[in-house]
Amino acid sequence: MAEAMRQINPDVVAAYPITPATEVVQIFAGFVADGLVDTEFVPVESEHSAMSACIGASAAGGRTITGTSSQGLALMAEMLYIAAGLRLPIVLADVNRALSSPINIHCDHSDTMMVKDAGWIQIFSENVQEAYDNMIQAIKIAETARLPVIVTTDGFIISHGMERMEIIDDQEVKKFVGEYKPEYYLLKLDKPITVGALDLTDYYFEHKRQEIEAMRDSKSIIVDVGKDFGNKFGRPYDLFERYQLDDADCAIVAMGSTAGTAKVVVDDLRSKGLKVGLLKQRVFRPFPKEELAEALKGLKAIAVMDRSDSMNGQEGPLCLEIKAALFDKGLNKILLNYIYGLGGREIKLDDIEGIYRDLIESLKGKKLDKIIYLGVRE
Amino acid sequence: MANLKDLAKGNKDLFTGGHRACAGCGAAMIAKQVLMVAGPNTVVANATGCLEVVSTIFPYTAWNVPFIHSAFENAAATISGVEALYKSWTRQGKYDKKVNFIAFGGDGGTYDIGLQSLSGAVERGHNILYVCYNNEAYMNTGVQRSGATPKGADTTTAPVGKVKQGKEQLRKDLTEIMVAHKMPYVAQSIAGNWRDLTSKVEKALSMEGPKFINVFQPCRLGWSYDPELTCEMGRLAAESCVWPLFEVVNGVYKITYKPKEKKPIAEWIKLQGRFRHLLKPENKPLLDEIQAITDKHWEELLKKENSNPQQNQVKVT
Repeated sequence: MAEAMRQINPDVVAAYPITPATEVVQIFAGFVADGLVDTEFVPVESEHSAMSACIGASAAGGRTITGTSSQGLALMAEMLYIAAGLRLPIVLADVNRALSSPINIHCDHSDTMMVKDAGWIQIFSENVQEAYDNMIQAIKIAETARLPVIVTTDGFIISHGMERMEIIDDQEVKKFVGEYKPEYYLLKLDKPITVGALDLTDYYFEHKRQEIEAMRDSKSIIVDVGKDFGNKFGRPYDLFERYQLDDADCAIVAMGSTAGTAKVVVDDLRSKGLKVGLLKQRVFRPFPKEELAEALKGLKAIAVMDRSDSMNGQEGPLCLEIKAALFDKGLNKILLNYIYGLGGREIKLDDIEGIYRDLIESLKGKKLDKIIYLGVRE
Repeated sequence: MANLKDLAKGNKDLFTGGHRACAGCGAAMIAKQVLMVAGPNTVVANATGCLEVVSTIFPYTAWNVPFIHSAFENAAATISGVEALYKSWTRQGKYDKKVNFIAFGGDGGTYDIGLQSLSGAVERGHNILYVCYNNEAYMNTGVQRSGATPKGADTTTAPVGKVKQGKEQLRKDLTEIMVAHKMPYVAQSIAGNWRDLTSKVEKALSMEGPKFINVFQPCRLGWSYDPELTCEMGRLAAESCVWPLFEVVNGVYKITYKPKEKKPIAEWIKLQGRFRHLLKPENKPLLDEIQAITDKHWEELLKKENSNPQQNQVKVT
């Protein structure tokens, strides 16, 4: 992610270190120290100030990036809503980590899910390559949609994993992201603007409505940028990835690194003649409701894997939204929800195979709990 | 230093009339005078609070300079982001204007919830001027106590009651906290003395690095006095040494106004509803105590000025 940031060469990076996102900030500070980027690096005293400074820099007219994780994202939450409301195309690299309490430094998606309704586009990454590719695309998506973008990667599992990846040529990245040319910005002194005015009952709703519409419209922007990226660099991206889904009877829906693990299991089970598939959700915000329902309609049984809980006595956040998408399409499926991996609890091939076995059993009429807490000592 | 006529000539409408501030609002006066000095090449960041609320009700704005408000506790961090972009663009050869970066925050947004953000921005050395319009309580939300509220003041969250006489604690000495940051310029000024305020702003803006001015701002609503008395309330605060006017330039103290005859604080207190209870005979000990605290602070300030190193002054660049 730091390498993508070097190639994007943003005007301003304001960030605060937090495990496991520290390296993103640290490596980037090294680029600044070595004069490899033009960026003004603002080593703020908190994540709240990180996002505040990003808002200042972005409103002033600059390309702006930050990175954080878990408690840092939580501390930023107030400012995340404001960045989105001000329609500032800031990009944030979020290294997923569990939220306190209890304090924990390992991966789950509770941090990202906490801010799922903040008005930020959210893109999940399966591996190192995707984290890098998504950062580059995020700049274009944000600046076209005029909405901020969070690119996530799984803490430690991906962030501290060693993987081979392809790096795009510096000049090619520069060409792909282009120049950022905002229409109005603070440093345009001859056209002074007031950013962050007070909306009362007479305007707030209209401005929020525009933001809602921008989020809805961003779906096609994400698709276009993903296609364009694919055409140029050979790795196309969509709202989600279908893996062996077309003729599958049952499938898992998962986000992040778990999708990579699930692919291995799918290959294995397919070799044994079982018609299983995977839907790897890449874009969680905006939620691609219609497209997902369309992709899932041929399945008989679905397991949604949530790496966080909603704490609402119902399913996890991903499952709830999938359920809503299916309902709107009039699709009534066997739908199981697996809450897994909280606080970095490992998810193994056997665990995922077990989920597929559950789906197959339930197709044969076996009754299972709707919500299963996978791998927890009850 | 310019006279008022010169100051008003070109820049009098950078903070325009038509805003919704109370009659006799000191904050609006401060904003206008600061911008008169700063001129049009200025970007303003404003913390949530009275000044922001009265001046930017969509679709109107009183600001004829670029302005940003994002939240309550972060005016310093927000302006530091703007300034960072300026540095980046200047270094990249994309920008060649000279710009002032000014943040305004009330005492709530500066002494309390925004202190961390301010401290961080100053420590990082951004080239910014932070102006605190200090009206000694959370006026925007209806006069609640803040870290800047003086002992004995009546506020809605430290009210005068049957057993309590308003705020029981001393106010925080934020100016000294800023001095402790070893920043190039720290000053106290007052709404009601335009010459003092504008000359301090002028001096601050001529210096590189972080600058802080704590401007005492009489609030007719929260202090409960007649609106035409705002300037008078400010001047009395300086004459009674409740709010001494001084500056600390690269660590060197200079008192910019020394009253010929220090007025008793009762002169200032008696005009304000928030201190009415202090004039009751049974509260005489409390009034005396507040007078003693004021005297002590003034003596300490005189000592600091006198103990300035006359030679070998350390210049911070």
